[in-house]
Amino acid sequence: MSEVRVFEGRAIVIDQNNVDTDVLYPGAFLNIPDPELMKNHLFEGLDPTLRDQLVGDTVLVVGENFGMGSSREHVPQAMKAAGIQCVVGKSFARIFERNCVNLGLMIMTAPQAAGAANPGDMVRIDARASTVQVGDATFDARPLPAFMLEMIELGGLVPWARRRVAS
Amino acid sequence: MGLTLAEKILLAHTDAEEIQPGEIVMVACDLVMANDISGSVAFREMARMGVTRVFDRSKVLMVADHFMPAKDVKSAELQRILKDWSGEQGVKFYDQGRGGIEHAVMVEDGWVVPGDVVAGGDSHTCTHGALGAFATGLGSTDIAACLAFGEFWQSVPGTIKVDFSGEKQPFVSGKDLILAVIAQIGVGGGTNHVLEFVGDGAAALSIDERLAVANLAVEAGSETGIFPADEVTREYLDGRATRDWVPQRSDPDARFARELDIELGSLGPLIAMPHSPGNVVSLDDAKGIPIDQAYIGNCSNGTMTDLRQAAQVFEGRKVHDRCRVIIVPASVKIYREALAEGLVDTFLEAGAIVSTPTCGACFGGGMGVLAAGEKAVATTNRNFKGRMGSPEAEVHLANSWVAAAAAVAGEIVDPAEVLGSVVA
Repeated sequence: MSEVRVFEGRAIVIDQNNVDTDVLYPGAFLNIPDPELMKNHLFEGLDPTLRDQLVGDTVLVVGENFGMGSSREHVPQAMKAAGIQCVVGKSFARIFERNCVNLGLMIMTAPQAAGAANPGDMVRIDARASTVQVGDATFDARPLPAFMLEMIELGGLVPWARRRVAS
Repeated sequence: MGLTLAEKILLAHTDAEEIQPGEIVMVACDLVMANDISGSVAFREMARMGVTRVFDRSKVLMVADHFMPAKDVKSAELQRILKDWSGEQGVKFYDQGRGGIEHAVMVEDGWVVPGDVVAGGDSHTCTHGALGAFATGLGSTDIAACLAFGEFWQSVPGTIKVDFSGEKQPFVSGKDLILAVIAQIGVGGGTNHVLEFVGDGAAALSIDERLAVANLAVEAGSETGIFPADEVTREYLDGRATRDWVPQRSDPDARFARELDIELGSLGPLIAMPHSPGNVVSLDDAKGIPIDQAYIGNCSNGTMTDLRQAAQVFEGRKVHDRCRVIIVPASVKIYREALAEGLVDTFLEAGAIVSTPTCGACFGGGMGVLAAGEKAVATTNRNFKGRMGSPEAEVHLANSWVAAAAAVAGEIVDPAEVLGSVVA
C-alpha cells in the first residue's frame, strides 16, 4: 500500500498551448546530467524570469499539448529539482506525461482548473478524488489510471522497480 | 472485432489475451537503444533500481551521435560513460566514426525487423515504423527499466489510418507527405494514437521515403507511425536483418479512431514555417524568404535519396553568396556511398560543407547553429523556437530539393525554377 501524498503549491502559469520541450529546456544544455544543475536552465527558451517564481512548493499550470517534442527527461527532472509539486494542464504530450509519472511528479489533466488558475493562486490536488482546488473553487480532473497513480504515489518508476526486484 | 497492426504487435508482446485502447499493459522490447544524452541518465537510474546487468545484451545498443564529436569536456564525458558502460555490459556500442545517427544505423545494419517493439531513448525512434515495427521514444528512466527488465508500461493507443492515394508529383518527397498529415491533424492530433500509413501511394514509397514519413510521426504527437511491411521492406531487409519476420497488416474489420485520405496528385512541396512543424504552408506561400543557412541531413532526411536530390540541384551550380550549406549524411555508410557516387565532390564544388554524421545543429547541440536574426531551411524534423541555436533565428522545414534550391537562389524558391536555369 503506497502512501497518500498531498500535492499542493502556489501556481506558476504558462498560458500557452503546444509549449515544446526545446523552449522548456534547450538542447544546448542536454549535456548536463545532474538535476540540481539542470534546474538553472528550466524555461530558458520560454521565459527565464519564470524561474524567479520557483520559491517553495509550486504547481505548474499549463495549456494544451504541453511538453510536445523531445523525450528529454531533463524537463521534468529540472521541474522536480526546482520544487514543482504537480503539473496541472489542459492536455499533455505523451512522452512528457509518462516522464513525469516515471519520476513521481504528479501530473493532472484538468482543463477547467488550468483555465481558472492565476499566478500565485494556491492549488491543491486530490489525485485519488480526481479534483483540483484553485483557491476556493474545486474542479474535476481526468482520473489517472490506477497504474499511473500508484507509480506516482510510490515516487516513480525507480521505487516501483526496486519493489519489483525485491519481490 | 479485428485488430490494427499496432494492436497486433503489442498483443504479441504482452501476457494479455486481449487488449483495448486506453488499457495499460507491460510491453516486451525486442530492442532497446540510447545515446550520449539519454544513456548516462538511464544507467544511473538503472543502478538506483538495484539492477546491475541488462536483461539481454543482444537486444541492447548504444550510439554516440548527439554531441558527437564531443563539443566540450562535459559532452566528451557523456560519451566516455556510454562507451565504458557498453563495454562493461557487453552490448553493442557505435562509437564516433563507426556508425552515425542512431536511427539510420539501426535500420541499415538490420537491427529492426517488422513486428518488433523498439524502445529508444530518443523521440524519433518512431522512424523504425518505416519497417513495420512498433518503435517509440521514451525518457531515460523508462529506458532504465527497459534495460533492466526488457519491458515498459504502455497505454494501448488507438490507430489513425492515413491513406495515401495516387502518384507523387515532381519535387515532392516523403517529407511533404508527413507535413500534409501534420497540417491536417495538428501537432497534438496524434496524441495517444499510432499513425498507420496505407494505400497505393504509401506502398509506392521507397524505404528512404518511408523513413522520412515515419520520423515525423511524433511531431503530430503520435506514439509511432507504421508502414505495414511488404515486398519493398523484404527487399531492403534481405542481406541486412538476420531475424525472421512475417508481414502483418491491420484486419479488414479493425477499428480505427480516425481515417485520413491524402491525394498525392494534388500535393505539392510544403514548408513548415517557424516555429512549429504544424505551421505548414505551400511552397508558393513561402517563396522569396531569404535564407542564411541550408541544413540538409539528419535522421529524417539524410539518406542517399536525399543526398541525390540535393546533388541534382547543386550539380554545376554554386551556393548563393548570402547562404551557408551544411550537408549531414545520416551514417558513415551513406557518407561513403555519397563519396563513391561523386556527390560529396558536387557539394564541395558548390560551396557546401559536408559534416560527419551527427545530430549536431539539428537540436542546437553544435556543428552549425544559427545566429540571432538568421533564417534557415532545414530537412530536419523540428523548427521550435531556439531549436537550432538562437531563439531569434527562424527555421523552415522542407524537403531536400527545396532546401538545396533555396541555397542556390539565396531564398526559398521552386526547385523547378532552379533546375530549369542554365548550368554554368
